[in-house]
Amino acid sequence: MTEAQIKEVIFKLLKRIAPESDPQSLGPDENVRRALDIDSFDALNFFIHLHEELGVTIPESDYGQMNTLSEMVRYLVKHAG
Amino acid sequence: MAEFRMPSLGSDMKEGTLLEWRVKVGDRVKHGDIIAVVDTDKAAIEIEVFEDGIVETLIVQPGQKVPVGTVMALIRQEGATGARAIPVTAPALEGAPIRAAQEVAPPMERIARAVQGAFEPSAPRDETQRLRASPYARKLAAQQGVDLSLLRGTGPGGAIRATDVERAASGVESTASVAAAVEEPVTRGPVPSAEKPTPLPTGTEQPRVAADPAAMRRAIAAAMERSNREIPHYYLQTRIDLSRTLRWLESENLKRSIKERILPVVPLIKAVALALTETPELNGYWIDDRHQPQETINIGFAIALRQGGLIAPAILQADTKSIDEMMECMRDLITRARAGRLRRSEMTDATITVTSLGDLGVETVYGVIYPPQVALVGFGKVTEQPWVENGMLGIRPVLTATLAADHRATDGRRGAQFLDALNTILQEPARL
Repeated sequence: MTEAQIKEVIFKLLKRIAPESDPQSLGPDENVRRALDIDSFDALNFFIHLHEELGVTIPESDYGQMNTLSEMVRYLVKHAG
Repeated sequence: MAEFRMPSLGSDMKEGTLLEWRVKVGDRVKHGDIIAVVDTDKAAIEIEVFEDGIVETLIVQPGQKVPVGTVMALIRQEGATGARAIPVTAPALEGAPIRAAQEVAPPMERIARAVQGAFEPSAPRDETQRLRASPYARKLAAQQGVDLSLLRGTGPGGAIRATDVERAASGVESTASVAAAVEEPVTRGPVPSAEKPTPLPTGTEQPRVAADPAAMRRAIAAAMERSNREIPHYYLQTRIDLSRTLRWLESENLKRSIKERILPVVPLIKAVALALTETPELNGYWIDDRHQPQETINIGFAIALRQGGLIAPAILQADTKSIDEMMECMRDLITRARAGRLRRSEMTDATITVTSLGDLGVETVYGVIYPPQVALVGFGKVTEQPWVENGMLGIRPVLTATLAADHRATDGRRGAQFLDALNTILQEPARL
């Protein structure tokens, strides 16, 4: 899966959680949760949906590597089969 | 014949809009069935019925906004032939003035009964269309934001006169008003409901499903204003070493698929429920100058809504739920709260509220109690801090837990015992 496809999935899922937001306008190093006001419940949902869409299981201990858009893409490119 | 009335879904609710009937005339219903969806200022709520019987008449039509207490439907009870066969006992509210049922939100089932009992046909005090008030008094009330149904008139036959309204509006209760003397006589809310139910013109406005942010703001304002006016809060706070609980949670989550993972707030809520079994005085209400601890522990969990505002639906019988059941319950509540689909019991049955602002950088929460509850537990962010235990300095994840409690109901010592119990439980997470 390409970086562009992964980004597309991320944007789609973020938009579902924060419908009033424009995820595409996120800066690559912006803290996504803070920028879109995502609480821990929605964050967990986001990881669940990522798992469903990309087949990547993100262990709790890796949550810290998923703060920004560029971190997410890097992580998912590495782990998506 | 049992009357199904517009319920009070919170201390701040004065009226509600019927969104839909889930039943039709002739349908058989039984205790606990959801038969209607009602829109309050805060959310669309599914309403259950408390009688077994057959739907005889649907009086209120979808889209209509009516005051709390308005008869919305008639249920013919099994075995009854039109005569009244309504259970009128109100265990929790025995001897309580009528307004208790209108103005506060103890467990809904009791309210429903109390409302039925209190509003027997001979005492239709809530039915504003039958309220006796002069036209000028009505006009004045509308202008001043005074709820006529809360006043006792001094005119002939108890009719409300303009002077009664003026007195209420100026904050001086009517001399003839016993009920209003203990309750706030003035309602500075949205437009008062002392009018006939007005059907919404069809085609111009569909029943709302999502809450109106401005209305929700007003509802929160009313509840919080009342809280700060009436409740003498005291605050206690303690720092809790959360390393054992978090380690336990981590190992629990390793056993679970990503879908079943438990959020850290879940063991915290469970710990609150267990600690309340040791300090039951904090679980319950202050109603009619009386402390009324409740046996059932229903924890209201404050949920922020994206469009602004918040809602605190109850996790019912939290002390009896396993961690997994509680996570499931919370997931369901949060999802439905955000979609605007909560049930009546979830809106009204909370016996205490928990608010967690730990997602943000906040370390300490000083809460405002949601009346008529007598306590609110606040959790801040878990941060790594230097910690001394057994003379050894280490770094631990530390949580600041606060208790805001009603000093009319409990004293600081009881509150301290609660926080101590909470801490003890979180040091032995296997108990969760």
